[in-house]
Amino acid sequence: MEILNEIKFTMPSLSVNEGAARAVVSSFLIQADPTVEELSDIRTAVSEAVTNAVVHGYRHKKGNIELTVRLLPDRVIYIRVKDKGCGIENVEQAMEPLFTTAPEEERSGLGFSVMQSFMDKLKVKSAPDKGTTVTMRKRLSAHGD
Amino acid sequence: MKIDIKNDNGAAIARLSGEIDHHNAKELRIEIDRFIVTAQPRELAIDLGGITFMDSSGIGLIMGRSKLMKECGGRLEVLNPQPYIRRVLRLAGIERIVKIR
Repeated sequence: MEILNEIKFTMPSLSVNEGAARAVVSSFLIQADPTVEELSDIRTAVSEAVTNAVVHGYRHKKGNIELTVRLLPDRVIYIRVKDKGCGIENVEQAMEPLFTTAPEEERSGLGFSVMQSFMDKLKVKSAPDKGTTVTMRKRLSAHGD
Repeated sequence: MKIDIKNDNGAAIARLSGEIDHHNAKELRIEIDRFIVTAQPRELAIDLGGITFMDSSGIGLIMGRSKLMKECGGRLEVLNPQPYIRRVLRLAGIERIVKIR
């Protein structure tokens, strides 16, 4: 598919970068003139995916998180969050609402539910020790056209 | 991220402002818990009016404080969430556990 614009960057799995990732995504998306609600939805989904990589993917050892944001035709926003961390053994189970492997950190187990609910499409590819790739899409409304 | 807690005769209010994510939830948790345990308020209201961003880390924060308030014999409520934050709260079904005003 044609890519109208793209930004790709890599950051170490430090929790402070959850906010940095949201800020970069917000700045990049201004050109697409999303509504306040659409921008909030995307920022939240990105925050959840990056937090998952920090908290779960790189739970045992730090590593890099790669974030890609694309502007596709028909006002479709594509987001990919990729880590090379410990991976997920059972993706289906991990995506169940309220399932968490980090209750001691008060993780609510709602990260994937938020991504699913706030974006149009969500795909999770993962294998133990191979890392996790989360891709999400959302079509923006015709607002601003 | 800023937090300002005021206690008025057992009815306390914690005004939060800024963003709630995994990175800063821990700091908030420590500060609010310290207050709950030392002041033992009957009621604690978490005012989200000044919060500009919240992801599911905020859900964990609210659920955890609600549990602690119950254990201490008190009650927690949430005030003034922006419409978008209300959607995050609704997704978690939090209004079944905590009163939102």
